[in-house]
Amino acid sequence: MILNQFLLLAAVLFCVGVYGVLARRNGIMVLMSVELILNSVNINLVAFGAFRDHVAGEVFALFVIAVAAAEVGIGLAIVLMIYRNRRSIDLTEADLLKG
Amino acid sequence: MFAAALVAADETVAYGPSSTDSAGFFLDYAWLVPLLPALSFLVILLFGKRMRGGGAGLGIAAVSGSFVLSIGALITWFDHRDEAHEGVAAVHRSVGWLTSGGVTFDAGILLDGLSVMMLLVVTAVSLLVHIYSTDYVAGDSRYTHFFAFLSLFTATMLFFVLSDNTLQMIVGWELVGVCSFVLIGHWWEEKPNSDAALKAFLTNRVGDVGLLVGVSILFFAAGNTFDTLTLSERVNAGEVSHTALLAASLCLLAAVMSKSGQFILHTWLPDAMAGPTPVSALIHAATMVVAGIYMVARLYPVFWEGMSIAGSSINMLALVGAVTLLFGGLLAFTQNDIKKVLAYSTVSQLGYMVMALGVGAWTAAMFHLFTHAFFKACLFLGSGSVSHAVHSFDMKADMGGLRKAMPHTYRTFLVASLALMGLPPLAGFWSKDEILAGTGGWGFFGGTQANGAYTLMLVMGMLGSAVTAAYMTRVIYLTFFGEYRGHGQPHESGPRIIVPLYLLATVALLGGLVNMPKGFQLWPKAWQERFGHYFEPEAAYFPYIAHARPSWSLGIAATVVALAGAGAAWRYYFKAVASRSAASAQSLTEIDDGPVSRGGLPRAAHTTLVNKYYLDHLYNGVIVKAVKGPIAKAAYWINQRVIDAVVNTAGRRSVTAGRAVYDHVDQTLIDRIIVDGSGRASDATGENLRTIQTGKVQQYAAILFAAATILAGVFMLILSL
Repeated sequence: MILNQFLLLAAVLFCVGVYGVLARRNGIMVLMSVELILNSVNINLVAFGAFRDHVAGEVFALFVIAVAAAEVGIGLAIVLMIYRNRRSIDLTEADLLKG
Repeated sequence: MFAAALVAADETVAYGPSSTDSAGFFLDYAWLVPLLPALSFLVILLFGKRMRGGGAGLGIAAVSGSFVLSIGALITWFDHRDEAHEGVAAVHRSVGWLTSGGVTFDAGILLDGLSVMMLLVVTAVSLLVHIYSTDYVAGDSRYTHFFAFLSLFTATMLFFVLSDNTLQMIVGWELVGVCSFVLIGHWWEEKPNSDAALKAFLTNRVGDVGLLVGVSILFFAAGNTFDTLTLSERVNAGEVSHTALLAASLCLLAAVMSKSGQFILHTWLPDAMAGPTPVSALIHAATMVVAGIYMVARLYPVFWEGMSIAGSSINMLALVGAVTLLFGGLLAFTQNDIKKVLAYSTVSQLGYMVMALGVGAWTAAMFHLFTHAFFKACLFLGSGSVSHAVHSFDMKADMGGLRKAMPHTYRTFLVASLALMGLPPLAGFWSKDEILAGTGGWGFFGGTQANGAYTLMLVMGMLGSAVTAAYMTRVIYLTFFGEYRGHGQPHESGPRIIVPLYLLATVALLGGLVNMPKGFQLWPKAWQERFGHYFEPEAAYFPYIAHARPSWSLGIAATVVALAGAGAAWRYYFKAVASRSAASAQSLTEIDDGPVSRGGLPRAAHTTLVNKYYLDHLYNGVIVKAVKGPIAKAAYWINQRVIDAVVNTAGRRSVTAGRAVYDHVDQTLIDRIIVDGSGRASDATGENLRTIQTGKVQQYAAILFAAATILAGVFMLILSL
C-alpha cells in the first residue's frame, strides 16, 4: 500500500498551509492557506479510508468539504467588511481586539 | 447521524422466519402503498390551492395508485400462499434505523394475510370516500385542506397496518389519532365540533398510555425486541412469563378500548360524528377504529397466552367485547340523529370483533372487520346522501318518506342495513354467524367445538343481533317511510355519491361468498373458507387455534333471533305508528301511549339510554368536578392553613438568622476577604495577561499551532511509551 506517500503529501500541504496562515498579511491569502490545511486533512481521511477499506473516511471528507465551503463564505464576507471599513485587508492592522 | 448513515449503508437486514429472497414486486415494494398518499398529502398541502380542482384529483389518483398496488399485493400473496405447503412465511423487509444502547430500532414492512387484507380494505374504502367527497364537500372553504388530510389519514393507516415492529405501530397509531382529530374538527368554527375533536383526541390519549406501557412490558418481557415476528414467536414458544403477558395484554386492551370505542371509553365515538360524513365513513369503516382490532389481531399470541383464551369460558377481552356489543346496540335506540345511530352501531359491531378475538375466533373477527367495513361505509355514505338532500341529520324532525325521492340511496341503504342485521344471504350474516359459532357456546346437535365454551358470549351475541335488527328497522322507517317531515323538496344525489353507494352495496350483498363455511353443502368445496385459508397465518408466529364447526342449527337460530328483533320493531313502526299517522293525517315518529310513556321500568330504561348510561355525566360531572371542586378546595385549605403557616414561621426565623449572618459573615468574611480579595487578585492577573492579547489574529494562530504541536508531541510520547 502506498499510504505513506499520501501522508507525506498531506503533511507537506499542511505545513505550507500553516506557514501561509502565520506569515501572510493579506486576509485572502490566509483564507486560502486555511483551505490548504483543510484539504491536507481531507487527503489523510480519504487515504486512511481507502487503506482500511471503510467508507467512514470518505463520508467525513465530504462533511469537511461542505463545512469548508461555508467557512470560506463567511471568511470572505468578513474580509470584505474589513476592506470597506479600512480600505485595506492587512491583518496586522486589524487589531481592535487588543487588550 | 453518522451512525445512522453507517447502518443504512449495510445490506437490508431481515429477521425471523421471513424469506429474504424476492417475493414479487408488489410484496417487496408494498411500502409504496402508504408512500403515495403521503406524498399526495404534501403536494396538496403545498400546491393544492393552485391546482385545478383544489387537489382532489391528485388525492384520488394517489389513492387509486395505492389501491392498484394493494390488489397486486393481494394477488401476489395468493400465489405465495398457494406455493407454501406447510405454513406460510410472512414477507418481512426492514432496515436498521438507528442503534442506541445495543438495541437496534428497525423500520420496515411486514406482509402476511392480515396486512394484505387490511391494505385492500383501507385503500378500497378510502378511494370511494375520496370520490364521494368531491361532491359532498364541494364549495367548502377548506376543500383543499380536507383532501390533504384525507390523504394523510389514509397514508397513516396504511403505514400502521404495514408496521413490522411495535414501536412503528405506536407511531402509526398516534398519527391516525392526530389525523382523526384534524378531520373531526374540520368545521372547527362551531364550538361543539372542536369540542368533539378534542374529546376524541383526549379520550384516545387515555388508552395511548396503556399502549405505551404495554409495548414497554412486551419489549422487556420478550428479551429486548420490538420486532413483531420475533416477539410473537417467543411468546408462542412459551419463553415469556405469563404474568408479564397478562399485564401487557391488559394494558393493550385499554388502548383497544379507547381506539376501537369499547364500552366505557366509547364516548368519543358518537361525538366524532361532528366531522364531515365522508370522514365518519372512513373513521368507522376502514381506519381509526379498526386500528385497535388490527393491533389485537397482529399481536394475537400476546392476548392468546396472556388472556388464556383456549379452554376457558370467560376472559377480559371477550367480556369487554360482549358488554360493548349489547350496551352499544341498546344506545342506538334512543338517538334521533341518523349518524349517531350508525355510530353506536359501529361501537356494537366493534364489540363483536373484540369478542370474537376474545373467544379465539380470529378469522371470524377479521372476516367481520372486512364485511363491516363495506356495509358500514355504505350506511354512512348513504346517511350523508340523505342529509345532503334534507340538510339535517335529525331523523324525527326532518326526514321520512324519502324512499320515493331518493330511490338509489334507499335501495343501497336497505341492502347495507340487511347486511348489518345479519340476514342471509348478505355479507353480515356469514361473518356474524361465524363469530357466534366461534364462541363454542352452542350446545345443540353436536355444538360447534371452538376454543372454549363461551356460552355467555353466545347469548350476548344473539341478543345483540336482535337489537341490531330492531334499531336498523327503526332507522329505515324513520328515514325512508311515513310522510316527509322536513322542509323543501328533497332530491336524489349526484353520480359521484350514488356510484360509490352501489359499489359498496354490491360488496355488502356478495361479500359473504368469500368465506363460506367449511362443509357447507350448497357451495363448491374448492371455494369454501377462502378468506380464512389465505388470510389466517399458519406459522410459528401465530398460535394454534381450533376452528369452530359451522352449524346449520345455529345459523337458523341466529336468523330467527334477528328476524324476531326486526319483526318487533316492524310491528311497532310499520304497523302501529304508520296506522296512527294515517289516522291523524300527519307523519308520527312514535305513539303517544307507547311503552316509554307508560312509566315504570321502560321509562327508567329509556331515560338511562337517552343519558347514555350517564357516562358523560360520570366523566364531566363526577370525575372532572371532583378534581375541580372538593379536591381543589381541600388543596386551597391546605395551602392557606398548613403551607402558609409553615412559610410564615420559616420566614420570620430566617429574617432573624439573616440579620446575624449579615453582620458577621457577610460583611467581614465575604465582603472583605473573599470579594475584595478576589477582585484584587484578578485585577493583577488581568494586567499581566493583557499583554498577550495583541489583537493580532496571526499571533493567536501561532500560539494555537504551537500548543497543538506540543500536545501532539506529548501524545506521541505517551503512545511510544
